[in-house]
Amino acid sequence: MKVLVPVKRVIDYNVKARVKSDQTGVDLANVKMSMNPFDEIAVEEAVRLRDGKEHHAAGTATEIVVVSIGVTQAQETIRTALAMGADRGILIQSDADLEPLAVARLLKAVVDEEKPDLVLLGKQSIDGDNNAVGQMLAALLDWPQATFAGKIVIADGKATVTREVDGGLQTLAAPLPAVVTVDLRLNTPRYASLPNIMKAKKKEIAIKAVADYGVDTAPRLKVLKVTEPAKRSAGIIVADAAELVSKLKTAGVL
Amino acid sequence: MAVLVIADRDGDTVRDTTHKTVTAALALSGDVDVLVLGDGAKAAADAAAKIKGVRKVLTAESPALGHQLAEAVAATVVPLAAGYDAVLSPATTDGKNFMPRIAAALDVAPISDIVEVVSADTFVRPIYAGNALETIQSSDGKKVITVRPTAFNAAEEGGSAAVEAVKVVDAGRSASFVSEEMVKSDRPELGAAKIVVSGGRALGSAEEFHAVMDPLADKLGAAVGASRAAVDAGYAPNDYQVGQTGKVVAPGLYIAIGISGAIQHLAGMKDSKIIVAINKDPDAPIFQVADFGIVADYKVAIPELMTALG
Repeated sequence: MKVLVPVKRVIDYNVKARVKSDQTGVDLANVKMSMNPFDEIAVEEAVRLRDGKEHHAAGTATEIVVVSIGVTQAQETIRTALAMGADRGILIQSDADLEPLAVARLLKAVVDEEKPDLVLLGKQSIDGDNNAVGQMLAALLDWPQATFAGKIVIADGKATVTREVDGGLQTLAAPLPAVVTVDLRLNTPRYASLPNIMKAKKKEIAIKAVADYGVDTAPRLKVLKVTEPAKRSAGIIVADAAELVSKLKTAGVL
Repeated sequence: MAVLVIADRDGDTVRDTTHKTVTAALALSGDVDVLVLGDGAKAAADAAAKIKGVRKVLTAESPALGHQLAEAVAATVVPLAAGYDAVLSPATTDGKNFMPRIAAALDVAPISDIVEVVSADTFVRPIYAGNALETIQSSDGKKVITVRPTAFNAAEEGGSAAVEAVKVVDAGRSASFVSEEMVKSDRPELGAAKIVVSGGRALGSAEEFHAVMDPLADKLGAAVGASRAAVDAGYAPNDYQVGQTGKVVAPGLYIAIGISGAIQHLAGMKDSKIIVAINKDPDAPIFQVADFGIVADYKVAIPELMTALG
């Protein structure tokens, strides 16, 4: 089984995003960038599917191709995935911040070329927080989808996916090929070892341009402004529970 | 301009999230229809018909639509969308699952998790885990939008819309439903509760978490939440998680117990009306957003609070 894992280079999840004073966006100059944490989980799961771990038999996945769409530095993100164990990478270079629809179209073109049996990706990126690309890719391919995966079992030509949904867990069976988006508790991604980081330097990354795929990536949404949310100010420290209850009664919430 | 709202159905009724999405829809247009999916939809459709401002309720009845699987929902909604300028759904896990699929099939850029309707084509939504808000204008002829329910007031009852059935369209190759494990509780649902009590890693174990949180929640008629740290440590089930990657809540009263207040957690509760923090560390970031704080070990503070509540 061939697995395609789309990954995105985003602000590191430990860095607090700061809004630019001219309200045009979030300041990313000199900010640490990393692989989107949900995508890292997707890469880890793909590697486990190939190498075998927990309930995955070794060889379930035979090849792992990582694709990223973004600036030249997104090669570093692909390199990280290769160091974790992915086999080869594709970078579709774009300086524009493409919308989920454009990303889904480009990924569809990659799927048409690569013909994977499974597309495994994060449920959302932690910058745009759209939670859309996987579902949109599934629609464009007319493939089944299983989102927010907390457990994946591959057997008999299908992916049985336990999804984290409001109120509990839901399990679906998606015939392959399918698109599966992953949630936080699927696994804990590994740190790449130094030998694997060295090995990753020799793995192939194909560099492509958006134009190579001949798809329309024109934006549909215009960002009018980006602002900081209203700040809450610190309140008061009360002496004890009795004082707290009296304050809450005065505030009308008890 | 007409708007279609996909209801968040709960058996024979519709959840409050539907009412809140109707409020967002009414900010776009006076012509708001509600679609109720799945077999035996009559009672839920009647409930939706009572929402004030709803023009018409549509039912799409089929076993395939019962679990709101994305392929089936998209197959039925996409042709129906021809008669509407916008399709809205609450940003529940169901809505987040099927709406982008509908959008792509309609060749539309979806707009996720809006917290404000500025005009018929302009919306505000949180990005970067709620650390920024973007105001975006859509140039698509049709809009496909998920609505963050906590950001809108529920539309009132008092309507009497007509109910009619619509055609169900079969999906092609789809995932199929296998099973579900829903957490059963007599307490209010986390997303809809007026009071939420949340516990953090300071509670130390699953037994302690329940021993402390459950009686307090029962006394207050509150829902129980947890920080990601408490969930990751296995003290609470994952659907308790409040935060950017879990549930976003905005109750009247939020009580955080032994929660330090990571950015991730604050993103999920900072729109609560009143926030109370109980933590023994006076420097915990949670105190910076709390209206009232008690600097004390929960082991001392919670029994006192139980007594003070009477």
